[in-house]
Amino acid sequence: MKFTIEEVTVYFPYDNIYPEQYSYMVELKRTLDAKGHCLLEMPTGTGKTIALLSLITSYTLSKPQSPLKLIYCTRTVHEMEKTLAELRLLHDYMVKCLGPAAKMLALGLSSRKNLCVNSCVLTAENRDSVDAGCRKLTASWVRALAAENPTVPTCEFFEQYERAGSAAVLPPGVYTLQDLRAFGKEKGWCPYFLARHMVQFANVVVYSYQYLLDPKVAAIISKEMQKESVVVFDEAHNIDNVCIEALSVSVRRQTIDGARRNISRMRQEIDKFKATDAGRLRAEYNRLVEGLALRGDLPAADGWLANPALPDDILKEAVPGNIRRAEHFMQVLRRLVQYLEGRLETENVEKENPVSFVFSILNQVGIDQKTLKFCYDRLHSLMMTLEITDTDEFLHIQTICDFATLVGTYARGFSIIIEPFDERMPHIPDPVLQLCCHDASLAIKPVFERFQTVVITSGTLSPIDLYPRLLNFNPVVSRSFTMSLTRDCICPMVLTRGSDQLPVSTKFDMRSDLGVVRNYGRLLLEMSSVVPDGIVCFFVSYSYMDGIVNSWNENGILKDIMQHKLVFIETQDVVETTLALDNYRKACDCGRGAIFFSVARGKVAEGIDFDRHYGRLVIMFGVPFQYTLSKILLARLEYLRETFQIKEGDFLTFDALRQAAQCVGRVIRSKADYGMMIFADKRYSRHDKRSKLPGWILSHLRDANLNLSTDMALHIAREFLRKMAQPYDKTGGTGRKTLLSQEDLEKIVFDGSMNDILY
Amino acid sequence: MSSSQQVVKRAKYKTTVKDPGTPGVLKLTQEKLVFKPNDPTSNNRVEVDFRLIKNHKHTKEGSNKPPWLNLGHSQGSYIFELENFSDLHVCRELVGIALSKHVEPPKVVSDEQLSPAEMTLRIKLLQEDSKLQKLHKDLVASGKLTESEFWATKKKLLDQDESRKLKQRIGFKNSLIFDTKPTSDGRINQVKFQLTPEIKYQIFALKPAVHQAFLNFVPSKMSEVDFWNKYFKAEYIHSTKNTIAAAAEAAEDEDLAVFLKDDEILENEARKKVRRVDPTLDMEADQGDDYTHLPDHGIFRDGSKETAEAQNTFYRRTLLQDLNRQSEVVLEGKTLDMDMEHPRTVAEVLARRKQESDGVIEEERRNRISKMTQIEDLQAQDDHRFAPLCIKDPRDYFDSQQVNALKSLDDSLAGKEQIRCNLGSEEAYGSLRESISKIKAIGLMDPLLSPEVAFKVLNGLTKNISSTKSHLGKSSQESVLDILPNTTKEKLLDHWVCSQELLRHFWSSYPVTTQNLVNKTKRMKDAISQIYSKLEEIKVSAKSDLRHQVSLVVHPMQQALDAALLHYDADVRKRNARGTKPNGYV
Repeated sequence: MKFTIEEVTVYFPYDNIYPEQYSYMVELKRTLDAKGHCLLEMPTGTGKTIALLSLITSYTLSKPQSPLKLIYCTRTVHEMEKTLAELRLLHDYMVKCLGPAAKMLALGLSSRKNLCVNSCVLTAENRDSVDAGCRKLTASWVRALAAENPTVPTCEFFEQYERAGSAAVLPPGVYTLQDLRAFGKEKGWCPYFLARHMVQFANVVVYSYQYLLDPKVAAIISKEMQKESVVVFDEAHNIDNVCIEALSVSVRRQTIDGARRNISRMRQEIDKFKATDAGRLRAEYNRLVEGLALRGDLPAADGWLANPALPDDILKEAVPGNIRRAEHFMQVLRRLVQYLEGRLETENVEKENPVSFVFSILNQVGIDQKTLKFCYDRLHSLMMTLEITDTDEFLHIQTICDFATLVGTYARGFSIIIEPFDERMPHIPDPVLQLCCHDASLAIKPVFERFQTVVITSGTLSPIDLYPRLLNFNPVVSRSFTMSLTRDCICPMVLTRGSDQLPVSTKFDMRSDLGVVRNYGRLLLEMSSVVPDGIVCFFVSYSYMDGIVNSWNENGILKDIMQHKLVFIETQDVVETTLALDNYRKACDCGRGAIFFSVARGKVAEGIDFDRHYGRLVIMFGVPFQYTLSKILLARLEYLRETFQIKEGDFLTFDALRQAAQCVGRVIRSKADYGMMIFADKRYSRHDKRSKLPGWILSHLRDANLNLSTDMALHIAREFLRKMAQPYDKTGGTGRKTLLSQEDLEKIVFDGSMNDILY
Repeated sequence: MSSSQQVVKRAKYKTTVKDPGTPGVLKLTQEKLVFKPNDPTSNNRVEVDFRLIKNHKHTKEGSNKPPWLNLGHSQGSYIFELENFSDLHVCRELVGIALSKHVEPPKVVSDEQLSPAEMTLRIKLLQEDSKLQKLHKDLVASGKLTESEFWATKKKLLDQDESRKLKQRIGFKNSLIFDTKPTSDGRINQVKFQLTPEIKYQIFALKPAVHQAFLNFVPSKMSEVDFWNKYFKAEYIHSTKNTIAAAAEAAEDEDLAVFLKDDEILENEARKKVRRVDPTLDMEADQGDDYTHLPDHGIFRDGSKETAEAQNTFYRRTLLQDLNRQSEVVLEGKTLDMDMEHPRTVAEVLARRKQESDGVIEEERRNRISKMTQIEDLQAQDDHRFAPLCIKDPRDYFDSQQVNALKSLDDSLAGKEQIRCNLGSEEAYGSLRESISKIKAIGLMDPLLSPEVAFKVLNGLTKNISSTKSHLGKSSQESVLDILPNTTKEKLLDHWVCSQELLRHFWSSYPVTTQNLVNKTKRMKDAISQIYSKLEEIKVSAKSDLRHQVSLVVHPMQQALDAALLHYDADVRKRNARGTKPNGYV
C-alpha cells in the first residue's frame, strides 16, 4: 500500500498496516526532519523492522537532492538475514510501484568467516584463523612475492577482484550474505572485499552493532560512512552492555604467557629484518615521525583491527620518540607485561582507578601515559612492517596493547579489578586483571557525534527515560508505543506456587530445594500435555539449567516430559545449539511438538524468535538477576550510583526484568499470533519487580493471574488456547480498528483521528 | 448356561403355522433335536440331526405371536411352540450353538481362487499380528465368516507391501538409552545388561562412533559380547563423571578410547548440517561478527558468563548433549523396516542409510526465510472457500460448508439450489412466541414428571455412584477395565473385537440383494446372538461388587448387538411380507 506522511509518500509492502506502525513512522519521520536522535519503544510483534525500513527508504526517495544512507545495526547475523529478507520484500514492492527509479543497493556485511568463498581458507575453525588464513593469501607483500615466485599460493578470488579493479561493482539489489557469496562465486570475485568496497556506495548497509560500537572494528569498516546517515540500532535494549563490553579488556595468565611468546617471536623477526632488510625498519621509523595520520596509504587488504577509540586529534600527533624504534617498543612491551604479571600475583581482590594504575606503571616500570596510549597503533604498524600474516597467533600481545591504550586514554568511567580466583570456585587459582568500562556512553559517543540521526529501538526500553542517561544523549523524540490488540493474544501469568501450593523461586536459598525443583518439573510436565507444538523454557543460568535438568532426569520427570514432547537444549557449544534449534523447528513443523531449554542472557534469548507455533508458551523459571557478588558488577553499580544517582537495587531489578521481558517477548510476531508467558517465581508477584515489565505485558497481566498455582495456570492455559484457536475478525471489528487498509488509513488521516485509535 | 449340553422343554410341534400342534417334550442336544409327543401313538415324533437344519427363526418377545421356534430344513420347517419366552431363549441359544457347530462348516466354502502369493501374504499377516490371528480363528475357523469375507474388510492390509511402507511407522522411542539399567544378583560383584535388538539399534543410531566401531571390530577383532562389555564399561566410566579417570582409561586401552572420545562422525555431520540450517537461526555465523567475545576481550568474570573447565573437555559428555542427540534421532525417525535380529545387519543397514544425497538446499533455505519474514495478517486476506472451524458458533460452519458441498458436488448446478433464507428474525420470534402462548393457554395435562418416578430414577442412578467413585475417582486415566480380573477383561476385549468385526460384516451386507447375502446375514445373526448370550453370561458371573462396572461395559456392546438383531428380524419380516420381489430382489 501507498500513503503519505506529511508530503512523504511511503511505500509499504503489505496491504494492511497496524495503526501503531503508522504512528511509529510519523515519529520517525519527524526525527529525520529534525536531524536528531530518537528513542522508540514498540512491542515485539508489531512489525517494527518493516516500518522502519519502509519509512527511511521512502524518505530518501522523496528527497533525491540529499540522499540518506541507512546503516542498520543488528545484534546477530541471523537478525541481519531477517532484516535483509524484509528489505528485499520492500524493494521488490517499490520497484513494482516505481520502476527502476526505486532501485537501490542494500547489503549485509560480516566477517571473512561468513563471506569467504575460498575453500581452503574456510576450513579454519574460528574467525581469527579465517582472517589469518585470508591474510596469508592476500597481504600485499605476499602478493608481491607471488608475482615473482608462482609457487607462492594466493587467493584466486582476491586476484580476480583486484584485476577487475573499478569494474568490480555490485549491481543494485538486496544482497544477503548468502547472495554475496553466490555472486562472488559466479563472478570469481572475493565477496568480502567486494562487500567492504561497496559499503561506501550502498544505500542500505546492514551489519553488526560491533562494526560501529567496537572501536577496534569500527575504525576500519565504518570510517568512510558519510555524516548524512541514519543509524538504527534494532533490539537495542542491551546496547549499554554491548558498549561496555566493547571497551573492556581482561588479562589472564594465559594472556601474559602468550604475550611473552609473541614478543620473543617479534624480536626474532626484528633481528632477521635487521640482517636482511634494515631499510624497511628505517622507513617505518620515518613514517612514525610524520604521524599516524599518514598510515592510510596502506592497502585496504592489510587493514585489521584498529585503535580502540582514539580521539581524532591523536591521529595527527606523532608517535612518542621512545617507541619509534622497533626494539625500544619491544622493551616497553616486555616491561609492561612484566608489570602486569606482578600485579596478577595477588592474594586479595584489588580495585583501582585508571589514574592511579597509570601512575604506578610510571613509577615501577617507567612507562608514561602517552606511551601507553600509542601502544595499539605502534603494534599495528610494527606488525605491518614485519609482514606478519598469522595474526591469530598474536592475539595476546594485541590484548595487552589494547589494554595499555585504553588505560592511557581514559581517566574516568573505568576501573581495574584484580581477582585472584573466581568467587564461586575459590579453590582454583585463576587470577584475572580486568579493565572494565562502566560508562556506556564512551563507546557510543563517536556514533552520536558523527551521524545525523541515530535511532534506538526495541520492544523493551522501559523505563524509557533511563537510556538517554546511560548513553548520554538528547533524543529529539522519545516515545513508547502500546500495542492495540484485536484480541487478548498474549496471556502473561505469574506463577508463585507449585502443584503442592508451596512457593517456587530461584532465590539463592530456595533454588536447590528439591520441592522447588519438583514443582518446576511438574509445571513443565503438565503444560507439555496441554500446550500444542512448541514450548520454550528460560532458566536463570547455564549451571542452574544443567542442575535442574539432571535432577529432573533422576526423579523421572524428564522421562514423563519426553513422553509428550521432544526436548532440545541450548548448550555452550554454538554449533550444537544451532542444530538443536533447527531440529526444534522441524519438530514443531511436523507436529511432533518440542520443548526448548534455554538460558536468559544466553545467545538464544538474545536473538532467536519463537513466534507462531514455534512458541505457544514461554516459561521463565526464576528472575534472571545478574550474579550480584561479582566485583565488576558492584563496581559498575557504584559508578551508576555516583554518576546517575541510580540505586543499585533499582538497576538490578531493571536489568533482570528487561532480560525476562526480552525472553518472553520472543513469542509474538504479529497480531494474528498468540502465546502464553509464565513467570514462574514468587518474586514476580511483588509490585516493585513486576512494575518494571514493559507496558504491553503489564496491560495484559490481569489481577487474577498474579498469584497462581500450577493447577490454576493449567486451567487458564486450556481456556486460553481454546479461545485463541478460534477464527476472529482481524480488523478489530466495529470498535477500535487494529488493522488498517488503505481506505481506512486515508479516512483516518483525513479526520485526524489517529490518536483516538491508539489511545 | 449353555454349558448345559442338553435342554429339555415342553413344547408343541406344528407342521404348519396353522396347525394347532402336538404337545410333547422337546429335547435339544448339540448334536440333534428330538421331539417326543405326549401321546406315544402320535406319528409326529421328530428326530433330526442339526446337520440338516439350515436356519432357525423365532418369534419376538412382545409380539402378539406365541413363542415359536422355527427350524428350517431343506423341505420345510419344524415349528415348535414353547410354553413361554424364557424357554424359547434357552432353546434358541442352544440351537444357535448347535447350528454353528454343525451346519456351517460344510457350507462355508472358499469360493475364491487364491494365488500362492496372496496366500503367503495372508499367512504372514496372521503370523505377524497375534490379535488378527485370534480374530481369524474365532470367526473363520468356527465358520462364522468365510475366508474371503474376513479378508474383504482387511483389504488395506492386503495391499501390496510397497504401499505398507508409506504408512505410519512406529517411531523411535523417546526415552534415554541409559535407562537400560543393569541387573545384579547382589551376591557376586557383577552386573548383567539385558540387550534387546531394539536397544542395540537405539545405541547405534544415537552413537555413530559405536556403530562404526562395531562394524570394524566385530567379529574380526573381538566377539560381540566383548564388544558390549567394553561399551558398558565405557558408559560406566562416563557416569562417574570423572574425566581424569576417563582420560587415563582411554590412554591405556585404545579400544575403550573409541567409546570415550567424542564422536567424530557426529561432529563432522554437525558441521555439515550447520551449513544447511535456516539462516535466521544460525548462531554459528554470529561468532564471525562477535568481537567482544574474543579471548581476553570484554568482561571476563561478571557472573553472567560461566567458566567451563577447559581441561579434559574431550572426555566430557553431558546429559544435555545426550538429550539433544536423542531428540534429533527421534525426529529423524526409524527408517528401516526390517527385523533387527542381527546387530550386524542392523549396523550395515544404518551405514547404507547415511548415504543420502543432499537436495536443493539453498533454494529451500531461501524459501524458508521469505516465509518466515512475512507478517501474515498484514497481507490481504485470502478468499478461502472453506470457513474456518469455529467452536463458538458451529452453525456458521455447517451453513457455509453446506453451500460448499453443493458447489463442489456439481458446479453447474450451483445456481439452481438457492436456499430460501428470507425468514427474518422478527418472524421467527413471532412464531415462537405464538406457539409458547398457545401451550400456555391449553396447559399441560400432567405435571412434567411425577415426584415418585423422579425419586426412583434418581435412586437408581445414584445407587452405584459411591462404589464406582471409590474405584474410579483416583485417576481419570484408569479405566473400568483395569479393575476387572484379568480373565474377565480379556474375555470382554475379545468379545468386543469379535462383535465389532461381526457387526461390521452384518451391517455391510445390507441391503440384502442376493441369496449369498441372505445366508451371510443369517450367519452373522447367529454368531451375534451367541456373543450376546456370552456377554450375558459374563455379566451374570461377575462378582457382585464388580457387576455394576461389568454391566456398564457390556451394556453398550449388547445394545449394538440388539440393534443388529432387531434390524435383522424386522428385515426378515418385511421381506416375507412383501411376497414376490421385483428385480431379482431376494
